[in-house]
Amino acid sequence: MNLLELTIKEAHDGLKKKDFSSTELTRAYLSEIKKNDKKIGAYLNLTEDLALSQAKKADEIISSGKDFEFLAGIPCSVKDAILVEGEKCTAGSKILENYVAPYDATVIKKLKSKGAVILGKTNLDEFAMGVSTENSAFKVTKNPNDLNRVAGGSSGGSAASVASKEACYSLGSDTGGSIRLPASFCGVVGLNPTYGAVSRSGLVAMASSLDQIGPIAKTVEDAEIIFKAISGKDPLDATSKDYNFEKSNLKIEGLKIGIPKEYFTDGIDPEVKKIIENIIKKAKERGVKIIEISLPNTEYAIACYYIIVPSEVSANLARFDGIKYGLSNKSSKDLFEVYLKSRGEGFGPEPKRRILVGTYALSSGYYDEYYKKAQEIRNLIREDFINAFKKVDLIFSPVSPIPAFKIGEKTNDPLSMYLMDIYTCPVKLAGIPAISLPVGKIGNLPVGLQIIGNHFQENNILSMASFIEKML
Amino acid sequence: MISKEEVKHIAKLARLELKEGELEKMQKELSAILDYFDLLKKANTSKLKRQPSFAKATEGQARKDEIAAKNHSLAEKIMNAFPDRKDDYIKVKAIL
Repeated sequence: MNLLELTIKEAHDGLKKKDFSSTELTRAYLSEIKKNDKKIGAYLNLTEDLALSQAKKADEIISSGKDFEFLAGIPCSVKDAILVEGEKCTAGSKILENYVAPYDATVIKKLKSKGAVILGKTNLDEFAMGVSTENSAFKVTKNPNDLNRVAGGSSGGSAASVASKEACYSLGSDTGGSIRLPASFCGVVGLNPTYGAVSRSGLVAMASSLDQIGPIAKTVEDAEIIFKAISGKDPLDATSKDYNFEKSNLKIEGLKIGIPKEYFTDGIDPEVKKIIENIIKKAKERGVKIIEISLPNTEYAIACYYIIVPSEVSANLARFDGIKYGLSNKSSKDLFEVYLKSRGEGFGPEPKRRILVGTYALSSGYYDEYYKKAQEIRNLIREDFINAFKKVDLIFSPVSPIPAFKIGEKTNDPLSMYLMDIYTCPVKLAGIPAISLPVGKIGNLPVGLQIIGNHFQENNILSMASFIEKML
Repeated sequence: MISKEEVKHIAKLARLELKEGELEKMQKELSAILDYFDLLKKANTSKLKRQPSFAKATEGQARKDEIAAKNHSLAEKIMNAFPDRKDDYIKVKAIL
């Protein structure tokens, strides 16, 4: 038996039957990482001591013969924007290169309480700003399916760690597509939860009205196990909601699936289109009703998103001032210079770009033209989805217009990177959940189907994803 | 096209030092990004049923104004991250 092939569910059953111990499972992953990760670059930092002590603890619980949680003893990786107490948390930035997390994020507390094993922290675009992990200050994560191509981003390290069997599952975060895009590029399952379903406490903030932590996993069933474990109300996050996940007994036959006509026009790779249309056809043959819908404000989504996000970035990243924590320039002559130089040295090009765009959009004289207008359009986009869900139960779309692109191909053109979010960011502006499910390949390169649901309908999304997964 | 002076001004507002080459690069990239935003001018927001209200999403969620339990070990860890420290205070450079 290859321990690294097992899903959470299978590994759980193996632990239960005492086929292997959590320590054995953990050591298998650690040795795979040491052997393989030089090539992939999924991890920024291994938390080996923590992992082995957690595995030992899990083994004690398991050997006591009592029932134990699905996640107990199962090794995972964590995006390096999520705090794990006592471990470094860099957010992929030089400004936090030596920062040690003083506490656990709420999702980490929850995982720990269920006996999880944390192998290490995974690479990301600096402050989760990007679609390829090329914006990481430390390294580029390679796509396990083709090492010349990007893993996607910003949770590229998380998706690559699961796809390359260097973790059984991972936690990522999604602001404009940062879970779904790398999941699609790497060929794994990624769930972006409803805004408010999972606590953001302990997630390094990028754009607080959009950021959400979510699972990246091998299967839909695993994604559901993780989502159940991390969701719910948290007093430390005022936007989190009291939400108890209940599995839905979705009847597939007669279910209405919307296909947004705006998502299948210009710019989509014909091969991607073919794969998605083939899935739609197959689902139809199984009794699903396919209905064309319109999301008329789609064309404004990217511009709207790239005003709102930088605006929130410029406020959120003001905390990195060289005073409280993180990189601090020591040679400055006065306080003002400490700010200028610490931030000038500590931030890479993409955070700088977004801080400047955001500062501009919020500055006196431009506020109405940019930020206020973008907020109005955000509401139009939200209404597009509200209207769509009056007619349909779920929406199918591609995750990305193209499969994983070559490393370096887009680095000199920030705007073309931004356009990668076209199918994933409208969902975020509306605050609704969506999953990326691998449904096909172009050569070696995986293609993801996006299944979008209404607020707090993760259960329906997961039921449908599980149906499609079995249909493939 | 956004001017070099404007980029300098925004960078100062944002407390961000830009080196000479960096300034020109940002000027070019920012101009392209801001030009792209012009697309939003043709969006019709006049029929919008609801005005933007992010607060609505969090309605009734504010916590009670109570004194939280003290956590000394957390406080110590947070203070350990100060770049410069005197006793339990952050030490900073001269302001003027």
